[in-house]
Amino acid sequence: MNRNARRGYMSGASLGIMYALTVLALIPLGLVLWFTASKGLSSVLHPEFFTNVERPVGVPGAGIAHALVGTGILVGIASLMAIPIGVLTGVYLAEYNYARWAGWVRLASDVLVGTPSIAVGLFAYALVVAPFHHFSGVSGSVALAILMLPIVIRTTEGAVALIPSGLRESGLALGLPRWRVSLQLILPAAIPGVITGALLAVARASGETAPLLFTAFGNQHFSLDPSQALQALPLTVYHYALQPYKSLQDQAWGAALVLVVMVLVINLLSRWVLRRQIRLAGQL
Amino acid sequence: MASAVGSRKALIPAPRRPPDRFRTLTAVVASTAPVLLVVIVAILFQQAGPAVKHYGLAFLTGVDWNPVTESFGAVPAIFGTVATSFMALVIAVPIGVAVAVVLAEQGQQGLRSVLGTGIELLAAIPSVVYGIWALYVLAPWSYEHIEIPVSDHLGLIPYLGHPAVRGLFNAALVLAVMILPTLTAVSRDVIRAVPRGLRENAIALGATWWETTWRVILPAARPGIFGAVILALGRALGETIAVTMVIGNRYEIPPTIFSPAYTLASVIANEFTEATGTLYPAVLIELGLVLILVTLTVNLFALLLVRSAQSRVAV
Repeated sequence: MNRNARRGYMSGASLGIMYALTVLALIPLGLVLWFTASKGLSSVLHPEFFTNVERPVGVPGAGIAHALVGTGILVGIASLMAIPIGVLTGVYLAEYNYARWAGWVRLASDVLVGTPSIAVGLFAYALVVAPFHHFSGVSGSVALAILMLPIVIRTTEGAVALIPSGLRESGLALGLPRWRVSLQLILPAAIPGVITGALLAVARASGETAPLLFTAFGNQHFSLDPSQALQALPLTVYHYALQPYKSLQDQAWGAALVLVVMVLVINLLSRWVLRRQIRLAGQL
Repeated sequence: MASAVGSRKALIPAPRRPPDRFRTLTAVVASTAPVLLVVIVAILFQQAGPAVKHYGLAFLTGVDWNPVTESFGAVPAIFGTVATSFMALVIAVPIGVAVAVVLAEQGQQGLRSVLGTGIELLAAIPSVVYGIWALYVLAPWSYEHIEIPVSDHLGLIPYLGHPAVRGLFNAALVLAVMILPTLTAVSRDVIRAVPRGLRENAIALGATWWETTWRVILPAARPGIFGAVILALGRALGETIAVTMVIGNRYEIPPTIFSPAYTLASVIANEFTEATGTLYPAVLIELGLVLILVTLTVNLFALLLVRSAQSRVAV
């Protein structure tokens, strides 16, 4: 009996330790959020932080408008490249999952998720920057698109595979060709899941720094021209954080706060869309 | 579905079906991912050409880094990459597996989904935000409360002296935080794939929760958890910005685990825009090539491990 009691205590204690470790794992999340919020808030509270551009150190009223717009352009162009390709690939993987080629595509996109983003940046540099002899927003978008692609592919595949096969079969039974079944019947039913994937990919791309260092490069001025160098929010954080001036460091924290809020909002939004998708698919 | 069509064919001659153009079209579009993978490696290899020709294999065994005399060797960068990644794994694996066990348990869905969401949000935070946090908060704290006490009390042990705010250990610390979500999510899925019957049998035999977990569930999930660890290793090897901000950027094999060092990715991030001439950029691209080949191999190995573990368990 004594031995059994000891086993029980041991079990309870280890369960407690595991829960404690889980809480420990969440402490960094709390700390990162707390410090970006508390250190970034003073910058963010000035409205001109969002409307002005970079100013020399010591001149008040500096802002990140050029970085916000730059990130928007970079991620926008990257989305135009990655989302159509990613969605069609995802549809292919789900609709023809028995095809041998699908296995290879799936493996390649899983490997692509883990590709170091700095190496993708080097690739975009060699492909777009070097031939044109200057840094450009487009080259940054190419790098970001490569990082977005596998996320869009796998979430689209998951969303399409969730649709009950009865829908597909009834479409085919009515004599619809495969492409109409896939694109006009299955894909619309799976659209919330596809949106989730696109949102997650946008969130990932907005936070990437390494692939932009030598593609979009950064720009001190307000620019809307993707054929020239563009500033981006993560580049602002990276460059300012390493400066010795307190005012620049404060701006780095402010930009980091904007970035974190943006990414977390997109993530929570995508989670909500996904939950709707699962409920809808259950009703089909 | 394919088999249904196949067996029908055997009975009556199938009518001529029009070719499935949609399938061809989407298959071509889907080729983007594999083609990209091949093209990335090929282009990096081509761009690194001058360096590969000039230094040959000596590049992979050299320890110098002097752009002026064009004397380059990759060993310190490779060492820094491997050392930070392994230290990060040592810190993250016990915590990550424990979290995965908690998240994979049945019941108490409310609490568990909150914890799971938290861990997933940890993955969503951009690397540069971890970087600025590590630089101004984590590294100074760890310098004062971990490195100085350790080197004061254990400094006589080799490799445990010379604390520094920016160095190998602090880079590993922030890496550990960053790989935790990957580790947890994959391990949780693997643990969930362990058949319920195994757990129920153990409980029916009178095993406690801990005995079930430690002697039945975890051994059954071990190959998959190993795959998750390797996958996390791949992430750690390629992580750039946060590491660059706290590793100290000194191109040498560090004398202790607290000393400033350099990684493959950080060298590229710091020096590529300033690299002039033909040889210097090519050398940096060759570092990138080494990095991508290593991570691709590691990822491929990990994916195959995780998949075979999941399919074996599912049968």
